[in-house]
Amino acid sequence: MIRYLLARLLTFVPTFLGVTLISFAFIRVLPGDPIIVMAGERGLTEERYAELVTQFGFDKPLPVQFWTYLTGVLQGDLGVSYVTKRPVWDEFFALFPATLELSLCAIVFAIAIGLPAGVIAAVNRGKLFDRALMSTALVGYSMPIFWWALLLIIVFSGNLGWTPVSGRMGLLYFFEPVTGFMLIDSVLSGQSGAFGSAVRHLILPTIVLGTIPLAVIARQTRSAMLEVLSEDYIRTARAKGLSPLRVNGLHALRNAMIPVVTVIGLSVGTLLAGAILTETIFSWPGIGKWMVDSIFRRDYPVVQGGLLLIASMVMVVNLTVDILYGFINPKIRARK
Amino acid sequence: MTLKNLLVTVGMLALIGVGASAQTLVYCSEGSPEGFDPALYTSGTTFDASSHPVYNRLVEFETGTTNVVPGLAESYEASEDGLEYTFHLRQGVRFHSVDGFTPTRDFNADDVIFSFERQRLADHPMHNASGGTWEYFDGMSMADLIASIEKVDDYTVKFVLNRPEAPFIANLAMDFASILSAEYADAMLAAGTPEMLNQKPVGTGPFRFVAYQKDAVIRYQRNADYWDAGKPKVENLVFAITPDASVRYQKLKAGECHVMPFPNPADIQAMKDDPGINVLEQEGLNVGYLAYNTTMAPFDNARVRKALNMAIDKQAIIDVVFQGSGEIAKNPIPPTMWSYNDAVEDDPYDPEAARAMLEEEGVSGLNMKVWAMPVQRPYNPNARRMAELIQEDFAKIGVGVEIVTYEWGEYLSRSRELDRDGALLLGWTGDNGDPDNFLAVLLGCDGRGSSNRAQWCYEPFEDLIQMAKVTTDVAERTALYEEAQVVFKDQAPWATIAHSVVFMPVRPEVEGYKVHPLGGHIFTDVGLSQ
Repeated sequence: MIRYLLARLLTFVPTFLGVTLISFAFIRVLPGDPIIVMAGERGLTEERYAELVTQFGFDKPLPVQFWTYLTGVLQGDLGVSYVTKRPVWDEFFALFPATLELSLCAIVFAIAIGLPAGVIAAVNRGKLFDRALMSTALVGYSMPIFWWALLLIIVFSGNLGWTPVSGRMGLLYFFEPVTGFMLIDSVLSGQSGAFGSAVRHLILPTIVLGTIPLAVIARQTRSAMLEVLSEDYIRTARAKGLSPLRVNGLHALRNAMIPVVTVIGLSVGTLLAGAILTETIFSWPGIGKWMVDSIFRRDYPVVQGGLLLIASMVMVVNLTVDILYGFINPKIRARK
Repeated sequence: MTLKNLLVTVGMLALIGVGASAQTLVYCSEGSPEGFDPALYTSGTTFDASSHPVYNRLVEFETGTTNVVPGLAESYEASEDGLEYTFHLRQGVRFHSVDGFTPTRDFNADDVIFSFERQRLADHPMHNASGGTWEYFDGMSMADLIASIEKVDDYTVKFVLNRPEAPFIANLAMDFASILSAEYADAMLAAGTPEMLNQKPVGTGPFRFVAYQKDAVIRYQRNADYWDAGKPKVENLVFAITPDASVRYQKLKAGECHVMPFPNPADIQAMKDDPGINVLEQEGLNVGYLAYNTTMAPFDNARVRKALNMAIDKQAIIDVVFQGSGEIAKNPIPPTMWSYNDAVEDDPYDPEAARAMLEEEGVSGLNMKVWAMPVQRPYNPNARRMAELIQEDFAKIGVGVEIVTYEWGEYLSRSRELDRDGALLLGWTGDNGDPDNFLAVLLGCDGRGSSNRAQWCYEPFEDLIQMAKVTTDVAERTALYEEAQVVFKDQAPWATIAHSVVFMPVRPEVEGYKVHPLGGHIFTDVGLSQ
C-alpha cells in the first residue's frame, strides 16, 4: 500500500509543473492586452503604457516571466491581482470556502439521492420506477444550469417565497467570517436564526449544482449494479438464500462501487465548472465567478494562480480516488 | 428554552427585523468594486461603492443633474486669465473612524493637497502604494494641466494651471478627485499597510464604510457627523452584490432589495405593470456611434459619409437592439447635456436619396468593413445585432458589408490605428457633464490615433471647441458648442445612432431616489417610507 501511495505521489510532480506551465501559457495565448483592457474606451498615452508594461514586467522575455512566476509559486507567492492589488492567495482563501461549502453540499446531495436511486432502479430493472428514474436522470443531465436555476428561483423564491433568491446569508445577520464556511460561522456567531438562514440560502444552489452529478451517479450506479447482478457469485448468493438486502447492499454494491467512485471523483471537476454558472446566478461569492471576472479583465496573476490552485485540488481529489480504489479492491493495491 | 423565553426572543427578533427594514436600504448592485480608492479605477461599479457613499469632492455634481455645486469647498473663484482657482474650504468637517484609525483633526487643506499630489507627483510616497495606476487623472491630462497646488492657509487652497481650461471645475467633481484623509494615509504608511486606503476607505462622505465581504455584501453606516445636515436619511446602507439581472429582478420583487440597476430590457414592461415596483427613467449621458475612418477613401468624402448615414434605419435599431430603451441620436452629445443643439436636423432615412448621392460621388460597388464590439455597453447593448441591421440597410443601397470583431482589448487598440479599415461601432459615456468631454475628446484633432476613432480633424470644428475650452463664460461656451454641432452634422464623421435610456426599478417605499445622468447610484438623499 505504501509503495502504491508513493508511486501515486511521484506522478504529482510532473503534473504540477505541467499545470503551472499551462496556466501561465493559457491566459497569455488569449488575445487581449491587460493594460488596454484596464484603460477601456478612454485609452492611455504611450508613455503611460510603457510605464505600466515595465511595472507589470511584460517587457521581459516570456521564459524569464515564467521563471519569476515559477519561483514565486514554489515559495508560496502567487502574485498580486492587477485589479484589486491584493495577493491572489488572500483572495483565493477568502472565496474558496464558499465554493467548497456549496460543492460539498452538492456532492452529498447527489450521492445521497443518486446512489440509492441507481441501486433501486437496477434491482427493479425494466419496471416503471426504473424507466421513470432513467428518463428523469437524462433530463437532469441535459438541463441547462442557467435555465434550471432561474426556474427554481422564480417558483420557490418568487412565487412561493420559501427560499431566499440569492446570497449566502440574510442581510440581518452580520459577523466576521472565522472559517469561511457559513454553516459553521453562523453557529459560532451565536446569532439566533443565522444557521437557519445559511441553510435556507444553501438549498437552491445545492439542488442546481447537484443536479448533473446526481443524474450521472444514478445512471452509473444503475449500470454498474446491473453488470454485477448478472455475475455468477450473485446467483450463488441468492441460491444460498441470503436476503435481497444482503445480496444487493453488500455483495453487489461493493463490487459496483469502483466505477461509481470514479464518477464521483470526476464529478468534482464538473462541480467546479458548474460552480461558475451557479455562483453567478445565486450571487454566491466563490472562486468560479472570481475566475470568470479575472479572465475578462485579463488579470494574469489571478487567472494563472486560480487555475493552478483549482488544478491542484482536482489532482488531490484524483489521488484520493486512487487511494479509495485500493481500499475497495484489494487486487488494485496488490498489483501496484 | 421555555415558552416565555421563546416568545420574548421571537418578539425581539421581530422588532429588530422591523427596525432594520425601516432603516436599512438595500441596493442590489451589479458587481463587485475593484477596490475602494476611486482614483485607481474607472468603472461605475467601483465609484458606486467608494466615491459616492464614502467620499466628497471640493465641488459635487448635484444628484440628478450635471450642475456643479459646492462640496468640501464652500466657494471658489477663478482669476481673470483663468489660470488660478482659489477654493475656500468648509470648516468642521470630520473624517470617518474605522477599525484601527480614529481621526485626530478635522478636514483641511492638507487633505486636498494630499489627494491630488499622490496622483500627480511620481515621487510622492503614496504614488505607487496601490499599484499607482491613476487612470482618470492621467486620462483627463490633469498632470499637464496643473502647474502647482498651494496651501494658502488651513482652509484655502489654490490650484495654478498651465493653460486656461474651462472644464477644470467639472473635472474636480469627478470621482478621481475624491478627497482622502492625509492623516489616515500617514498612519497607514507608518504601519507599512498603505494598501488599506484601497481596502478600508476613510472619507467625509454621507456613509461610513463598515465591512466588505468580497463578491457578496458591502455594509455602510450613516455618518452621524455629516456636514450636510439632515443627510443621509437611512441608518444603514447595504450593497447586496447580484451580478445576474434576472436574479436582481427576483430579489426586488421578493423585497430582498429596494433598488436595482441595469434591468434586462425585456423585463422592463413587466416591471412597469407590477404595482410593487416603480420604474424611474432618464436618458443616459452617452452616445453610441458608427465612426468612419475619415482619412481613407471613399470615407474622406463628407458626402459619401452623409449618404451612408441616410441609409441607416435608426428607428429599427432602437426597436430591435435597444428594445425601446434607447432614443435616436442626432448630435454627438446627449440631450441632457447643456449646449445640446435641438435645432440640428437629423439626416432623413432615405435609401433612394442615399443611393443617388453615392452615384453622384462616383462610388459604386463599395465593399466595406463594419466593426462590431464584442461586449455589451450602455450605449450599445448588442453591437453584433446592430452591425447586422446596418449590413442589411447598406445592402439596399448596393454597399457590401463585412462584419468584423475582435476580443475587447484587441478591438480597442486596433480601432485606434490611423489606417484602420471601414467604419466601427463604439460609444462613450460622459465623465463630467461638460460638452468638452465629448466633443474635444472624441472629435478633436489631438484625439486622432486614440479616442478620436473617426481620425477626424476639421479646422472649423477644431477652432470652435478650442475657443470653448478657454472661455469661462457658460453662455459663450454654449453658443460655440451649438455651432460645433452644426458643423459636425454637416461633415458627418460619424453616424450618430442612439442614446440609451436608463431605467431604475425601485420599490414603492423608496423615497427621493433620483436617476443620475452621470451614471452613478447615489443614496445620500434616499429615504424609506413606513
